[in-house]
Amino acid sequence: MPSTLCETAYVRDSVRATVKLLVAGAFGVGKTTLIGSVSEITPLRTEEVMTQAGAAVDDLTGIEGKLTTTVALDFGRLTLGEDLALFLFGTPGQSRFLPLWQDLAHGAYGALVLADTRALQRCFDTLALVEQHGLPYVVAVNRFPDSPAHPEAEVRQALDLEAGTPLVTCDARDHTSSRSALIALVAHLHHLTGA
Amino acid sequence: MSPVSRRRDLVRPYVVTGGRARPSRNTLDLVTLLTAVPGRPAAALGPEARAMVELCRGGYLAVVDLAAHLALPLSVTRVLIADLLDSGHLAARNTHRPAGTPADRDTLERLLDALHAL
Ligand SMILES: Nc1nc2c(ncn2[C@@H]2O[C@H](COP(=O)(O)OP(=O)(O)O)[C@@H](O)[C@H]2O)c(=O)[nH]1
Ligand SMILES: [Mg+2]
Repeated sequence: MPSTLCETAYVRDSVRATVKLLVAGAFGVGKTTLIGSVSEITPLRTEEVMTQAGAAVDDLTGIEGKLTTTVALDFGRLTLGEDLALFLFGTPGQSRFLPLWQDLAHGAYGALVLADTRALQRCFDTLALVEQHGLPYVVAVNRFPDSPAHPEAEVRQALDLEAGTPLVTCDARDHTSSRSALIALVAHLHHLTGA
Repeated sequence: MSPVSRRRDLVRPYVVTGGRARPSRNTLDLVTLLTAVPGRPAAALGPEARAMVELCRGGYLAVVDLAAHLALPLSVTRVLIADLLDSGHLAARNTHRPAGTPADRDTLERLLDALHAL
């Protein structure tokens, strides 16, 4: 266990507001990559252990013998200006991680939902979770070399997006592109507060 | 066939917390910032709690930062932090938007400007 961390691991003393955004999507869609390309800290990984409902949950003694699942989530951080810290949470989109979503969605401003046109249906669960938690969102289609080029209207229809929900494309490996996707999300959230 | 359905409900188990499943307070968001209160010796604490206090002597860390640096599950981290707040070893700075309140337009505006400037 480390007992000290380098200075950059700490949140600046002057930070007075934290904003939480989720980067959500299926496994392998590019969440960690996107967070890494914009975060000022090396993305950190944390885990939550869950056990099947009904098993004893107040004690971990003998947990090895119980049915458990570990959910990994990673996060990054950006200090913006003097007093604002943005936390980005890579959030796995499977509905069985509902308990974790409740935590993540608590106080979150919104979500960037990553989609992969090679398998759009893989983000249905994520969209359902985001909507269920009342989080405003923007969909970013992450481009892979073998991604079919669907017209935007087709993607919107496949995902059943409301007319007001922005759809952007991005390359999660690229800082500028990832930043643009985040800007699209924050602009949308800002727009919603004025509605 | 496995008797376990793929869509089973998952709940969280708890370690290192004396068997308690819930923290003593429920205001701890994942991004609540924590720092160590000076002059509070950590020597008598358990190893995880002591490590937390020591990390927090260097400045502010979020709940998730502590979970990640100490490789502890989030739920466990939370229970330990709540204890350390109760005992006065840690102090929290609540910087996040309270759940259920509308998004703050001013914060979003500043966020947007800062992202453009990045
Ligand atoms: N071509 C391309 N590859 C990407 C992109 N985003 C992620 N990848 C690759 O896809 C793989 C999975 O990405 P990862 O970020 O780990 O996905 P996660 O499971 O959602 O966190 C990695 O090998 C990435 O390098 C992208 O926008 N374009
Ligand atoms: Mg990942």
